[in-house]
Amino acid sequence: MSHSTLTRRTIIGATAGLLAPAGRVVAAETTLLNVSYDPTRELYREINPAFGTVWREKTGQGITINQSHDGSGAQARAVLDGLQADVVTLALAADIDALARRGLVAMDWQQRLPDNSAPYTSTIVFLVRAGNPKGVRDWPDLLKPDVAVITPNPKTSGGARWNFLAAQAWAERQPGATEASAEDFMRRLLHQVPVLDTGARGATNSFVQRGLGDVLLAWENEAWLARQEFGSDACQIVYPSLSILAEPPVSVVDRVVDKKGTRAAATAYLEFLYTRQAQTIIARHYYRPRDPEVMGQYAERYPALKMVTIQDFGGWDIAQARYFADGGLFDRIFTPGQ
Amino acid sequence: MRLRTSRSALPGFALTLGITLAWLSLIVVLPLALLVLRPWTLGVAGVWHSIAEPRVLAALRLSFGAAVLAAAVNVPFGLLVAWVMVRYRFPGRNLADSLIDMPLALPTAVAGIALTALFAPKGWIGMLLTPLGIKVAYTPLGILVALVFVGLPFVVRTLEPVLMDLPLEAEEVAATLGATRAQTLRRVVLPALMPALLAGFAAALARGIGEYGSVIFIAGNMPMISEIAPLLIVIRLEQLDYAGAAALALVMLLASFAILLLLNLLQWRMGRRAS
Amino acid sequence: MTPVSGIAGAPLAPTTERPAIQAGLIVLTILLLVVLLLLPLVVVFVEAFAHGLGAVVGALVEPEAIAAIELTLVVAAVSVPLNTVCGLAAAWCIGRFRFPGRRLLITLIELPFSVSPVISGLVWVLLFGANGWLGPMLDRAGVRIIFALPGLILATVFVTFPFVARTLIPLMQEQGAAEEEAAITLGATGWQIFRRVTLPNIRWGLLYGVLLCNARAMGEFGAVAVVSGHVRGQTMTMPLQIEALFNDYDWVGAFTIAGLLSLLALVTLAVKATLEWRIGRRGGALL
Repeated sequence: MSHSTLTRRTIIGATAGLLAPAGRVVAAETTLLNVSYDPTRELYREINPAFGTVWREKTGQGITINQSHDGSGAQARAVLDGLQADVVTLALAADIDALARRGLVAMDWQQRLPDNSAPYTSTIVFLVRAGNPKGVRDWPDLLKPDVAVITPNPKTSGGARWNFLAAQAWAERQPGATEASAEDFMRRLLHQVPVLDTGARGATNSFVQRGLGDVLLAWENEAWLARQEFGSDACQIVYPSLSILAEPPVSVVDRVVDKKGTRAAATAYLEFLYTRQAQTIIARHYYRPRDPEVMGQYAERYPALKMVTIQDFGGWDIAQARYFADGGLFDRIFTPGQ
Repeated sequence: MRLRTSRSALPGFALTLGITLAWLSLIVVLPLALLVLRPWTLGVAGVWHSIAEPRVLAALRLSFGAAVLAAAVNVPFGLLVAWVMVRYRFPGRNLADSLIDMPLALPTAVAGIALTALFAPKGWIGMLLTPLGIKVAYTPLGILVALVFVGLPFVVRTLEPVLMDLPLEAEEVAATLGATRAQTLRRVVLPALMPALLAGFAAALARGIGEYGSVIFIAGNMPMISEIAPLLIVIRLEQLDYAGAAALALVMLLASFAILLLLNLLQWRMGRRAS
Repeated sequence: MTPVSGIAGAPLAPTTERPAIQAGLIVLTILLLVVLLLLPLVVVFVEAFAHGLGAVVGALVEPEAIAAIELTLVVAAVSVPLNTVCGLAAAWCIGRFRFPGRRLLITLIELPFSVSPVISGLVWVLLFGANGWLGPMLDRAGVRIIFALPGLILATVFVTFPFVARTLIPLMQEQGAAEEEAAITLGATGWQIFRRVTLPNIRWGLLYGVLLCNARAMGEFGAVAVVSGHVRGQTMTMPLQIEALFNDYDWVGAFTIAGLLSLLALVTLAVKATLEWRIGRRGGALL
């Protein structure tokens, strides 16, 4: 009893001590808001202080970076509705394109930073139960009658759209594949799905915590994080024969930084993501770094994998209209009689 | 009861009505009026098209169907609980009575997460049901459970005062005339409770149609199967289809308004018959 | 287990069920309440304490958790008094006067109860969002409503609007205006009547309405989720923080905040039970 009281006091005391100086600094410094998608919480929790140190060394000023996380589409909508994001770091280019179309971001945003403005890449993998009891090796195994597949709703989750496209890419590349056969594959695949969570994290929770399903279609980084969080005795990662190169892009929100006068800091923040230091943090969080040397250091984490890109689908505008917009393939799959 | 006229001797009518109308207009009527106007940028055909989509119809059917079913389940549940609470005395009665309001006080998101934890295949109750082949979490049945949870207090609390005021004489007369207890309950008590049962049903129904927080966690959110209408509103919003979201919201709003109006008319008639 | 409604002296009370049936019904009721209402609550606390008290305390002193608790308190501290004043006004004019459109007014007041919380958030986005009706104007003036404290408060006020009025209107109707009218003939002013006659009569009902209003204000999820913007440590109320922690795989954290909100619900219910007990002794009904 007295022990726990002591512990509590110590914790409260320690926290109060930590909070006090932080509170004092906040008043004078620049504040940025980074509006991001769900799985990047842990990443930016480490990136932000690192950038803070670099920024202070360079300018002598402190900087606070606030984080907002939700589904990628929801976040784009929030920025559009007036959430004062200095930078957006989203799951797919289509969501930043939506901001560009409405004048919040310059149309040429994707050319402003290296590598299509995506400082890291990722891909889509399978997370299965330890020992892979259902013997899932590749996409066709997902159609086995006793296999339940967990993936979030592509209408609300950026990651789910990558999942969908990866599966579609595989189906399109089978010998003798036609548009109809690919559609049939997708239809059958989605009928193996018992729950459509609204976000990638919700889907991972359903799979790991609730014990739902046999395979989780997930970001590579999410799969590794889940393995790290819940242990390799809970789940293991399976790399399919073909996947998709996911490029989660970043951009400064021009309208906001021009109004707030934070363009320099916001740009520096995004450029920092391409530095060796940030790329190492990125790799540590299981995203695929762009820097070849960092990639080389962590090579054993990232098995070589045949990947298509969004360009193979003709870019996001076409993919969006074809698969995810109202009346697209996803809607048709769930509409009876079509 | 003495009838009051609008020429009451009491002061403050203009002031309080003014405050009420101002606040009501600002907080409820103005925003909702906007909602009524917003969809029509799509044109009448566009609004019709955005509502008549099979997925939207399925979601509306689910939201209304599950709410009706949950309210219907809550009628016998609520009747049982209200009856026991009003008519019987037993140890722990006060505690049990407090529990009834739990769904009103518990945040819906907490309720949703907790119910999911309970009814998931690994959960305390889910574990017992899985061998029987009953799946609750992530199915329409889960939605039903969540809606029964949030709706129960509405039925119980509507019934209780009526049960308390029910004159025992009628039951005594029936018994004296040789009716069995079951007959008395069916012929005398139940008819007297009917308006309150209906009112409770409507209140639970109105609450259930729009429920989001507790349902979203336990529903599987599968299009056409377990996707509720409020979720579709959120999805449309995320697709930047503001007018489509407002159109769907408008349909739900009109339905809620109709149910509430019906509920109030019912109570009004009930009150008139009583006096 | 004694039937409350027997006629004195009657050997077998004709107006109640046989003891065996009574016992059965009581057991059934308790079972229903426990499974449906109590177990979810128990789950919250069991999950919160799954890793001991230290983890719970640790989760509570997280700066983000503290910020969420503070924000929730602020939102409730603004919305509840606003709705209390308005609820009192509505109860006075509806409960004490007859006028055309009274029934419609009641329906309008109750409307937020049955409007989906998602819609309650959506309306403010349509009104004040950057693409909303007033958004561009507010943006030029530099006023932030959505994704800031005012938006959270507006959404909460909308959702909790009916609680006080709905509790008070039937209560005041039932009590009637006789006492107030007597006071008027004795020369009391309106304010005096309200303070000396009405308020003492309705205080327990009022408190109950305020408590429920407060519980809902602190626990609202769907409406605030739409207008929050989810900025960690800034615009996250407790229910939103629960979802965020849940998504961070921080189950202890999520259930700790959930436990805190449940504790609030328990306190609300305990206070309510006490109120009813007091009212019961005074011979009045609360609802």
